[in-house]
Amino acid sequence: MRKLALNDEILLEIEKPARYIGNEVNSVNKDASKVDVRFAICFPDVYEIGMSHLGIQILYDMFNQREDVWCERVYSPWTDLDKVMRREQIPLFALESQDPVKDFDFLGITIQYEMCYTNILQILDLSQIPVHSEERTWEHPIVIGGGPCTYNPEPLAEFFDLFYIGEGETVYDELLDLYKSCRLEGTSRETFLEKAACIEGIYVPRFYEVSYDENGLLESFTRKIQSVPEKIKKQIVMDVTSAPYPMAPVVPFIKATQDRVVLEIQRGCIRGCRFCQAGMLYRPTRERDVETLKEYARAMLKNTGHEEISLSSLSSSDYSELKELVNFLIEEFQGEGVNISLPSLRIDAFSLDVMRQVQDIKKSSLTFAPEAGSQRLRDVVNKGLTEEMILDGAGQAFEGGWSKVKLYFMLGLPTETDEDMKEIARLSDRIARRYYEIPKEERHGKCQITASSSFFVPKPFTPFQWTAMCSSEEYIRRAYVVKHEFQEQLNRKSLKYNWHDADVTILEGVFARGDRRVGKVIEEAYRLGCLYDSWTETFCNEKWIEAFQNTNIDIEFYTTRERDLDELLPWDFIDIGVSKNFLKHEWERAVQGTITPNCRLKCYGCGAAQFGGGVCYEG
Amino acid sequence: MKARIKFKKSGALRFIGHLDVMRFFQKAMRRAGIPIAFTKGYSPHMIMSFASPLGIGHSSDSEYFDIELKEAVSGREAVKRLNEVMVEGMEVVSFRQIGEEKKMTGMAIVAAAEYLTTLKKGSLPDNWKEKISEFLAQPEIRIRKQTKRSENEVDIKPLIYKLEVTENCFYMQVAAGSVQNLKPELVMEAFCRFLEVEWETVDFHHHRLEMYADVGNGSGRELKSLEDMGWEMEIETA
Repeated sequence: MRKLALNDEILLEIEKPARYIGNEVNSVNKDASKVDVRFAICFPDVYEIGMSHLGIQILYDMFNQREDVWCERVYSPWTDLDKVMRREQIPLFALESQDPVKDFDFLGITIQYEMCYTNILQILDLSQIPVHSEERTWEHPIVIGGGPCTYNPEPLAEFFDLFYIGEGETVYDELLDLYKSCRLEGTSRETFLEKAACIEGIYVPRFYEVSYDENGLLESFTRKIQSVPEKIKKQIVMDVTSAPYPMAPVVPFIKATQDRVVLEIQRGCIRGCRFCQAGMLYRPTRERDVETLKEYARAMLKNTGHEEISLSSLSSSDYSELKELVNFLIEEFQGEGVNISLPSLRIDAFSLDVMRQVQDIKKSSLTFAPEAGSQRLRDVVNKGLTEEMILDGAGQAFEGGWSKVKLYFMLGLPTETDEDMKEIARLSDRIARRYYEIPKEERHGKCQITASSSFFVPKPFTPFQWTAMCSSEEYIRRAYVVKHEFQEQLNRKSLKYNWHDADVTILEGVFARGDRRVGKVIEEAYRLGCLYDSWTETFCNEKWIEAFQNTNIDIEFYTTRERDLDELLPWDFIDIGVSKNFLKHEWERAVQGTITPNCRLKCYGCGAAQFGGGVCYEG
Repeated sequence: MKARIKFKKSGALRFIGHLDVMRFFQKAMRRAGIPIAFTKGYSPHMIMSFASPLGIGHSSDSEYFDIELKEAVSGREAVKRLNEVMVEGMEVVSFRQIGEEKKMTGMAIVAAAEYLTTLKKGSLPDNWKEKISEFLAQPEIRIRKQTKRSENEVDIKPLIYKLEVTENCFYMQVAAGSVQNLKPELVMEAFCRFLEVEWETVDFHHHRLEMYADVGNGSGRELKSLEDMGWEMEIETA
């Protein structure tokens, strides 16, 4: 029988012990003595969140296809177990073998959002691995970071041995083979890292140094040794149809956030919204073949037993074979009691028809993400959604029986005025008016329009990467402007407005565009007890403020400061294939309120065509 | 057509709670391709009903749930197919047809359960085995029982059907089900208090051996295992 790292007493004392026992359907067990490389892959958040992440499932499957590798999963212990592990000195373990992570060859951590940074330190700390790369020896695993936040890895530079910039399906084999040969030859850890740094897409922070000028601005970013590349090139899979995809993903015992089969239909997005980092990072847009996706759907439903299937992409409506795929899913699986869930669909006749077939209209709501209230500001952010489209879509939906609408907005976008903010309330009201145009006997009671706003965080590699953020007070002021305007509306009883917390936004802003110096704050905040910062129940802003004070780091330098277009940015050494020039042009067009049509309508030469495929070469 | 499935739960699976075991088997039914029937309506769900839930941390040789089938299947084949999609610690033992009467299914008919209980932490006085008959000879066995809403003192003696020693374990048969239910923990707590052993210093592991229905017709208990109430299901193969 499998051993467990935690004894019965501990497992009975903590919440949801199933988070820590492994053994789930489709999890992979191997004989540790018969593999060369043991890889622990980690999502630094609680199990239910981490298990919902497709990227980990893809890499887990891909690694385990190799006979010489055993890849196992690790998630953050929840705060209850965290205390027990510290008290009893239990080293963090991987779920499959239940062996300590510190004995593995690799610890790969996916970094999906800024607010998990203290959880990364918890993972290292509980694993009993030194948190600083410099202090590690061959006695410790090689710690790799991947995922969207690694497009500005600098705040985490000291904690990782290397970063993998780009999509995981490309150079991992090369890295694992290099590791095996280095261990066999008995080379030093430093030499291994030096060789790894020469693999395209691999960034080893210790071989690069930075300097700052008297104003604290980044002055230089240079190589310490000449053998490593000057720029790190993003890795990307061009043939997504042939890329590895897990036919039998792990099925958790407890309900994960994403308790369903996920079909990734495409990567990238043709839209080019100027605030969206993913829209730039994953260029060019690449579609998976629809026939392959049909096979995947069938196999994955069979192998997992899930009762729901969902499509995943940045903008599903832009997938060229969407109708074909959706009709197939409905015809093939709906009769077997399989739910079909279709997020990120544009509201039009087709999507309404599909939604009518797959969900209960009375319970479901329509979702629009206008992002900004006024047409002017929607043009600034290049959100190709007009008020006419919103009102038309809502109108059709209301006539079809829907009465609930959700609207998503951002506050604090560049050039935003009070008038733009007020338009959020007015647009919501105009949608409600559209509802009450329907004759009373044909509608179903009142409508419910729920508008939510988050605060805008400028991200690296977007046309807004140079812009200033607002202060926390200013964000809240803006939310109140919107709130008051809602109270002025005719249909205010059918409208609801809520907004997110501003303190977390400020921190996200610091880390999204931070440099190497802010790593100290993360360490200090962790020392003060910050953990699970993306959870409202555990987030503690006071401790973060204390951490900034203790480390003498000025929040505003990173948030409210407008960057010069010529400033050397901490992430400039990464080449995502989209040129800085294109981003500058897009910034200029934004300020003028000029929209840029999507990739299918016209090419603006962003640079992604250099990858030689995808939407750039359609037709 | 109704079928009753019996399974064993052990090892790491002891830490999977009742609701998650239900979810596990819903997915397992799909993986094994068992032709289970669904309810009608907008959100159809599998027609499946579980007998008495097992406490977290306990293991069992005899857990049960009943399902409605769309068509007959070979019981032996179904057991094989289900076991192909199980995980370590979960094993399907039998898949039998049962009567169509509504009141025959799931929770409704459970009347008793049998447990094997072992001490896993702390110690009992040397003469604990002899003390059992004295314990059972008391006119009443009163203990504080906590329910969802309140806590009150009850006499559990009538709910203990058997309490014996087998080797170094306790063997007990107690009332179970929706009418009267006695958890094995409570029996051990009462016994420890009787022995004047501090309850907090000891810990027991409970292993469920079997679950029974009462098929007696009013004149005393007549227990029959839930499995024995079903019969083998075979289909003609062409």
